[in-house]
Amino acid sequence: MTHRGKEDEPGLVEQCSDLPRVFAERGISRRDFMKFCTAMSAALALPLTLVPRIAEALESDGRPSIIWLEFQSCTGDTEALLRAASPTVGEIVLDVLSVDYAETIMAAAGHQAEEARMKTLKELKGKYIAVVEGSIPMKDGGIYCCVAGKSALDIAREVCGGALATITVGTCASYGGIPAAAPNPTGAVGVKEAVPGATVINLPGCPVNTDNLVATVVHFLTFGKLPAVDGKGRPLFAYGKRIHDNCERRPHFDAGQYVESWGSEAHRSGHCLYKMGCKGPETFHNCPIQRYNEKTNWPVGSGHGCAGCSEPQFWDTMTPFYRRLPNVPGFGIETTADKIGTGLAVATAAAFAAHGVVSGFRHDDESDGGKEG
Amino acid sequence: MGNLSEKYVWEVPVRASHWVNVVCILTLSLTGFYIGSPETLALTPSRYVMGWIRFVHFVAAYTFAISVASRIYWAFRGNRYARWQEFFPILTRDGRRHMFDTFRYYTFLSRQVPHVTGHNALAGTAYSVVFLLYLVMILTGFTLYSEHAPQGTLHALLGWMFALFSNQGIRQTHHLTMWLLIAFAIHHVYSAWLMDVKEKGGVMSGMFGGYKSVRDRN
Repeated sequence: MTHRGKEDEPGLVEQCSDLPRVFAERGISRRDFMKFCTAMSAALALPLTLVPRIAEALESDGRPSIIWLEFQSCTGDTEALLRAASPTVGEIVLDVLSVDYAETIMAAAGHQAEEARMKTLKELKGKYIAVVEGSIPMKDGGIYCCVAGKSALDIAREVCGGALATITVGTCASYGGIPAAAPNPTGAVGVKEAVPGATVINLPGCPVNTDNLVATVVHFLTFGKLPAVDGKGRPLFAYGKRIHDNCERRPHFDAGQYVESWGSEAHRSGHCLYKMGCKGPETFHNCPIQRYNEKTNWPVGSGHGCAGCSEPQFWDTMTPFYRRLPNVPGFGIETTADKIGTGLAVATAAAFAAHGVVSGFRHDDESDGGKEG
Repeated sequence: MGNLSEKYVWEVPVRASHWVNVVCILTLSLTGFYIGSPETLALTPSRYVMGWIRFVHFVAAYTFAISVASRIYWAFRGNRYARWQEFFPILTRDGRRHMFDTFRYYTFLSRQVPHVTGHNALAGTAYSVVFLLYLVMILTGFTLYSEHAPQGTLHALLGWMFALFSNQGIRQTHHLTMWLLIAFAIHHVYSAWLMDVKEKGGVMSGMFGGYKSVRDRN
């Protein structure tokens, strides 16, 4: 995704058509490339027979340009993409897609950088792909996030509105994420809410899983359209199943083996983290299969429960992260639903016991008892 | 004071759904407690403790849903003691008067035992609330259940629930409503016993056999 000197080269689409040469320069063999295409077909749940078609699509000319926008974010999604030990095929594929604008990593700066963005916007209107990282503040005219004198909202309207499609990377760009957590001081929202007219596909996660980003792009390049999505605008190939249902610790859940405390024998044996507040049963993502950092590991695999980061409002609704159920509003922070329920049941029993004692000693008036039938 | 005579009050569908509900709520609460806060009961991962408990929970849930649906159907087809009007005394002037009388008796403000053949007015009102809680339990429960098959029929049918609640909010509601139903059950058994003793109407045995003792009007 580096942007070495590209702003000097003429043309935005043709510049990187020589993919084999790029791969050779960066030490990636044809075999590695074909392995990547096969992995992509698996990620997208496509039959193996489509692998040549994917390879062909990636090698062909006319790949769209990408404008990578960054708003209220921690740059975690950029980091997720860049922090590979060696350049991955996916990274290079994204790179050769001609990333015309990405503040964090582009060589150009200031007016030069803005120029590159404007050039793409103008020359390739309706043909480029916008990738958005970070939420967009709406409060007070959007002044809480400005780039080059323009508010994030204005930039998003301009760039996402004129894009062929917008891919939101990470939960912040998808649903507002952590900046949108209560009390949401900046009025942060996701791209679809800020620019309702844009064609948006959401890739939430904290951070986004790079494999899913690359697979979405590969799907687009291969079929010329975005993959099918669920009700929250997320591609089904990556968010179609619950974490809980594909979890490697699931057999321990079904068996009835639970971690009760960190560092215990059960924890070290890889038992289920359900009682430690794992939100796998309410989170839809393919983490157990795709994993992070070149498939090294993922939170539950390394012994920490899922935080539900790929769901809207996860910071507000999935907390407390280390408990099964949320706190009950209006009660103390340590009061669980069960404590309230036990209190309710005991109070009811006590009230009726008292009522029973009084009733037992009381003499009723039976004289007019038969008036109602 | 009139003579006591036997009267057929609770029809078979009413009694059947009542006892099916009792068994289901007991089963669902016990299995639900385990599902909500499980203990490690297995020594090896080849066991299936949680699996079976969840299976029992889901089977009981389907049974309960069918039972509640049948009872709602019977509220439009059954005799006058089973009909929906019995659950909303608040809609009529007479009903409101009965509610007030019963309230005065329950709070020791009056010594007059409210003699009614079916439910007393407060009980009827309480059951309409309980049925609302049943519907909340069924909807939240099946919404959570449907997530094992996203994009499935059940998940699509109950998708609107996620507009009302967060996922965790549905869990929380399901859990707290169980406690409300447990509190209701305590009250229900006590009130039935109280009315059995005071009214001498056999409301307890009536739920088994269908007959209650009523006083002849004269």
